[in-house]
Amino acid sequence: MLNQSEDVLVVEGVNKNFGGLKALDDVNIRIRDGSVHAIIGPNGAGKSTFLNCLVGRLIPDTGSVVYYGRDGAHSLSGLPPHRINQMGISRVFQTPEVFNDLNLLENAMIPAFAHNDGAFSLNAWGGVVSRGEVREEAEHILEDIGLADKKEMVAGSLSRGDKRRLELAMCLVQKPKLLLLDEPTAGMARADTNNTIDLLKKIGERGISKVIIEHDMHVVFSLATRISVLARGHIIAEGTPEEIKGDPRVQEAYLGGAEV
Amino acid sequence: MAQFPNKDHILVLGFAAVILLMPLWLQPFGAGYPDLLQKFAIFGLFAIGFNILFGMTGYLSFGHAAFIGIGSYTALWSFKLFSMNALLAIVFAMAVTGVFALLIGFIALRRSGIYFSILTLAFAQMCYNLAYSVLTPITNGETGLQLEQADPRIFDSAPVGDGLPLPDLFGMGLTGYNGFYFCAVVLIIGFYISVRLVRSPFGMMLKAVKSNQNRMKYTGLNTRPYLLSAFVISGIYAGLAGALMVVIDPLAGAERMQWTASGEVVLMTILGGAGTLLGPMIGAAVIKYCENIFSAFNQGVLNDIFGFLPDGIQGAWVSFAGLFVGSGWHLTLGVLFMLIVIFLPGGAMEGFQRLADWISARVGKATASKSKLNEQEGAE
Repeated sequence: MLNQSEDVLVVEGVNKNFGGLKALDDVNIRIRDGSVHAIIGPNGAGKSTFLNCLVGRLIPDTGSVVYYGRDGAHSLSGLPPHRINQMGISRVFQTPEVFNDLNLLENAMIPAFAHNDGAFSLNAWGGVVSRGEVREEAEHILEDIGLADKKEMVAGSLSRGDKRRLELAMCLVQKPKLLLLDEPTAGMARADTNNTIDLLKKIGERGISKVIIEHDMHVVFSLATRISVLARGHIIAEGTPEEIKGDPRVQEAYLGGAEV
Repeated sequence: MAQFPNKDHILVLGFAAVILLMPLWLQPFGAGYPDLLQKFAIFGLFAIGFNILFGMTGYLSFGHAAFIGIGSYTALWSFKLFSMNALLAIVFAMAVTGVFALLIGFIALRRSGIYFSILTLAFAQMCYNLAYSVLTPITNGETGLQLEQADPRIFDSAPVGDGLPLPDLFGMGLTGYNGFYFCAVVLIIGFYISVRLVRSPFGMMLKAVKSNQNRMKYTGLNTRPYLLSAFVISGIYAGLAGALMVVIDPLAGAERMQWTASGEVVLMTILGGAGTLLGPMIGAAVIKYCENIFSAFNQGVLNDIFGFLPDGIQGAWVSFAGLFVGSGWHLTLGVLFMLIVIFLPGGAMEGFQRLADWISARVGKATASKSKLNEQEGAE
């Protein structure tokens, strides 16, 4: 058995059925702490289902999802999304989900408040001090991510690429241990995609582990330190990018035999 | 703490000044009398509270009149059983409405969108029907609950004279202008609290829930307690408004819980501008003012107005305009509401904003062309 403290997430024997359809079939994945783990596969392979099982949107039919957080091991199955986030797992959506009606600064402050008072706090009169701190932190992160000059703008008016940056800033404010990215560059122009890759590399320096669901091989091979290939709900291969590139089963299932 | 005279303090102080001086500046509009002023204050409070739920979270309750009714009955029972002290009555009313709001909110907030609205409507109609028939021993059904000489009033030592006792504030009577100033002070406190709520992290969370509930769930926030507290707070505001109605006029009937009353507060909030601080107050005042003006029109007044027209046409105009006034003034309200929703979805506040933008743009243009002119002159 591997030393468990090396892993941040261990998924064992997870099954998920929708009616008669086996969306996930005995999936086992270990996410090493500090790694960038890409999960690739053709359409309908179960990538999104897998991610939804991690964030609490779906509950696996069988199997276990164990997260090794800052305060020990937790089983994630059956927990509501907000509890999972509180433990240090943040996610970005395929289509960037931000608070369109609020300005960027508020967008960046809210996750910090939610993280601090997520349980519940009315906090109508208190919190003035912590509010200043949160504001500073949010401004700092917006600066890091290159959105400081737009902080008074309403988030709804941003381009898709900038929304993605903002969404990442919103995750970083929470200082997560694990970041889940669902096709972070979907629908982006090449330039935006490259910017996002650079940004994710920069974020990597913070020591946050990442799971990336991705279609775009350019993104996968620029970022991933490990890759799992999912096809028809099955993990058919796992390894380093080089190993995956050379694996004939992957070429057949995913790349249709084409050169990468 | 933030430094004292910040923007919000100025807003609240300005609001207080405008409200307290209403008897003066509303005189020329024919609205400077206590009856109507009390209505402005009470419905303003109701709308401000409603806005905490609808404006900030986007959850549209169609049953807030139930809380008005519950507040009214509770306050009246406090008068009957304990004392004619108005403060005691409103504290009781707020507590009881809070409990009801907690129960109703707990169930209704299991759903969102139209289903939430329907659930609140169903609860309000249940409350109305209970008050109207089943709970007659408590609510006195159709007749409405009123004070009686034989009421125990265990804290009031002074014996009652011939007539019925009136609500008071530690000996001060609350009729006429006194009643208005009492409501106005409560309104100002209510407004201040709503400003604080909107500006607090709590308020920010509510706005975030309204903007994107899905994101919020995956951002570590359990949205239910936040929504429930917003619901309870706005329910308490409504209960307080209901209690004030009884303080001004110690009589409570089931009809104030009817769905039309719930609908009215929705109109007020949207008319003024949902989600803005001042909008609901403006909407409430405008609707109550129009109600007062238009429902007072009758055939005679209309005949005078259209008197300059030839006879046949005058008759036609009078009967046409007659549809929109008097008891038909709701038709006017409907038209007004349609115009607002279609052309100014942000309500009166959006109207002011546009006006301000337009003026500043014009002024900006004027100064810009002036400075250009100066430059040219300088160049020559």
